[in-house]
Amino acid sequence: MSLPLAEEQVQKLPLEFADEKESVNITGFWMFLVTDVLVFGSLFSTYAVMRHSYAMGPTADQLFKMGPVMLETLLLLTSSFTIGLGVFAMRKGQTRALMFWLLLTMLLGAGFVTTEIHDFVSFAAIGATWHTSAFLSAFDILVGTHGAHVTFGIFWALTLLLQLRKRGITARTARKIYTFSLYWHFLDIVWIFIFTFVYLNGKIV
Amino acid sequence: MPSFLPYLYHTLFPPTVRYPDILLIDFGLIMAGIGLLGFMTKTRRWGWLWREWLTTVDHKKIAVMYLIAAIVMLFRGGIDAEMLRAQLALPTTKFMPAAQYDEVFTTHGTIMIFFMAMPFIFALFNAVVPLMIGARDVAFPRINAMSYWLFAFGAILFNISFVIGGSPNAGWTAYPPYTGLAFNPGPGENYYFLALIIAGMGTTMTGVNFLVTTVRMRAPGMTLMRMPMFVWSTMITSALILFAFPPLTVALAMSLFDRLFGSSFFTLTRGGMPMMYVNLFWLFGHPEVYILVIPLFGVFSEVVSTFSKKQLFGYPVMVVSMLAIMFLSYGTWVHHFFTMGAGPAVNAFFGLSTMLIAIPTGVKIFNWIFTMWGGRIQLTVAMLYQLAFIPTFVIGGASGVMLAVVPADYQFHNSYFLIAHFHNVIIGGTLFGLLSGLYYWWPKMFGMKLNERQGKVAFWLFFIGFWITFTPQYLLGLKGMTRRLYTYPIGMGWHELNVISTFGALIMGAAFVALVYNIVWSLLYGEKDLTGDPWNGRTLEWALPSPVPEYNFARIPVVHERDAWWAMKQRGQSLADLKPEDVRDVEMPRNTPIPFLLGASFFVVGFGMTFKFWPIAIMGFVGVILCILFSGFDYEDHHHLKADVIRSTEASLGRLQG
Repeated sequence: MSLPLAEEQVQKLPLEFADEKESVNITGFWMFLVTDVLVFGSLFSTYAVMRHSYAMGPTADQLFKMGPVMLETLLLLTSSFTIGLGVFAMRKGQTRALMFWLLLTMLLGAGFVTTEIHDFVSFAAIGATWHTSAFLSAFDILVGTHGAHVTFGIFWALTLLLQLRKRGITARTARKIYTFSLYWHFLDIVWIFIFTFVYLNGKIV
Repeated sequence: MPSFLPYLYHTLFPPTVRYPDILLIDFGLIMAGIGLLGFMTKTRRWGWLWREWLTTVDHKKIAVMYLIAAIVMLFRGGIDAEMLRAQLALPTTKFMPAAQYDEVFTTHGTIMIFFMAMPFIFALFNAVVPLMIGARDVAFPRINAMSYWLFAFGAILFNISFVIGGSPNAGWTAYPPYTGLAFNPGPGENYYFLALIIAGMGTTMTGVNFLVTTVRMRAPGMTLMRMPMFVWSTMITSALILFAFPPLTVALAMSLFDRLFGSSFFTLTRGGMPMMYVNLFWLFGHPEVYILVIPLFGVFSEVVSTFSKKQLFGYPVMVVSMLAIMFLSYGTWVHHFFTMGAGPAVNAFFGLSTMLIAIPTGVKIFNWIFTMWGGRIQLTVAMLYQLAFIPTFVIGGASGVMLAVVPADYQFHNSYFLIAHFHNVIIGGTLFGLLSGLYYWWPKMFGMKLNERQGKVAFWLFFIGFWITFTPQYLLGLKGMTRRLYTYPIGMGWHELNVISTFGALIMGAAFVALVYNIVWSLLYGEKDLTGDPWNGRTLEWALPSPVPEYNFARIPVVHERDAWWAMKQRGQSLADLKPEDVRDVEMPRNTPIPFLLGASFFVVGFGMTFKFWPIAIMGFVGVILCILFSGFDYEDHHHLKADVIRSTEASLGRLQG
């Protein structure tokens, strides 16, 4: 089905929406995000059920340190802002600015992942791994799945950077950047839920 | 090194896969494999297989591959069923030892649901949905091929379990702690989890693909309320898949981690909660039964209106009732385990929500009957299945409402009454619907009709065999026989009914043989469909020649009403009045080996992880990453089909004027 818009209206749309095929791709990506919402929903519900199953292991309150978590939050939220600026630059057709913001987003994401890994290693050092308790299993898989998504996103951004360098901003690369930004914002939102329901909630005794 | 080989031998071929019958099957498979290799090489078909099938992204060819897989899996699942029935008819002989019986009922259920019914449904989606909505392909042809190959390699991974390493044996639902490492150390359950994760990813992608296809790819003028009912059912099923499969994938992954990496989600120790798995599984599992039946509601709606020569009765109500079923299906999952003891309030809620689903379903039944009312009914095989479906499904649905009564469910739970109920709806609804769709759309897929006389023989055998098999099982359930039971004393009063049931299963086996004979005979000698519209159909797929050319529509049609093709015929129009200048170049997706290689890589990952051969798993994983990278950088994924080519194709079909 073609868009219910007149030809001149279509011309005014951003590049990635003006192209019929790319616009269908964006719809598809939204549908993929639905499935990802459900994945995280299932993980959150598992965590909600198991969050007090400490089984002799450390409790959430004993384990969580808010310092690294604040840092992670700051890094990821900033990266969501920078990818927004990237899409803004893309709309104005500024390839170099887009590449700059994309690179900055990747670096912030890498900072997030590094801090998170450091945090997990410090847990492991005191013997708090997912062998310990159902609480830690649920915590590790929820936060770990999010971290894996961010890591995947960084590598995805790297491939996009290479494609941008070779091809510039076309309907197709624009769509890829746009879907990447959707993905990145989505991870940001998931993190806000993790921050609230897992870390802040865990500190309430 | 010398100790490595015995280790490998004992891991891959433990005593559980060295029963005489399995060794016989091994021998048969090897012989068949060698025969096939020889045949393919002798007739020089490898290139053809690779170019035309393994690398194809054409939805019509993917449909054929799904169909072949589904029929092979129907055979495998059917053989499992016959083995189970044989054991239950001879309970005191050791036809199968208990351990093997466990494996066989597990693979029977899993294969029939995930590797027979699902691909069969996707075969129908792929075969006709793009044609019905006037599109050249699905929204994402490459992802469509990836879905197929993920499904296919998932199915292969699951099916090799019984010759290498041992089959899963914890039932098709794979509840912990049966699947826990402490109770189930073999590789069988790893096979189950990995195969279902891999095939499930493919299914999720299919859901995304067909949702976007039906939302975005429709021909101009085809508004939502002008879509054929099968397209509606495709859209709703895809939405169900979107919401149902992620919880399953999460539950399976957690179980797998418990087994492979020592986490404790569902273990009995360290605070694990097996019931969490059960909740997540049925959060998928209940929508899944509607994923299995709603497409067939669509098929029956098409079939009944075509063969009654009437517009579908109550189209808007049909849509609303399907949507109602979709929403309600997410609020019923606890009825699979009322005996968990969630308390009267929770159980009452889920009991009521379950009964509520009977209302929209009943509405649909009445609409089909009213469609037939006053129509000129043609008793084709497709229509016979539709007619058989109505009473069968009503009885199956009514026994479902009985199970929804919570106090009664404490008696019915895990008994043969339940077994009879879900076979009643799944065979009566899903299998009859699939076969109805198969007979209905076969001419469109293959260009010839399935022989009707032979089809009727198969139909009657299926129908009669079904009732002889499952009526006694209701009675057995009421007499207290529980499911997953491999033996019982003769004096229990169960034996006669079990023998009758087994007799019915043999009739259904004969029905399958008749079906395959019908297919093979018709492929060789079947009546060719020269018009493209053998049933005097109502929807757009019948406006095209059979089989459909690669690009589907030389010119995209414009739709003005429901039953677009019927209305065109009434006005004396057709799509075969193409003028040469109407034909333009068409952009078509280019064939690609990536989906096949991606599936194969996932197979390697799955096999490696099943046996904890980590280097192999990592190799497969690298393959997966390479496939994803390659498709990310590949901008040459389409080609232009020249107008001249289309013109000459259409002219040779007699559809071009001048």
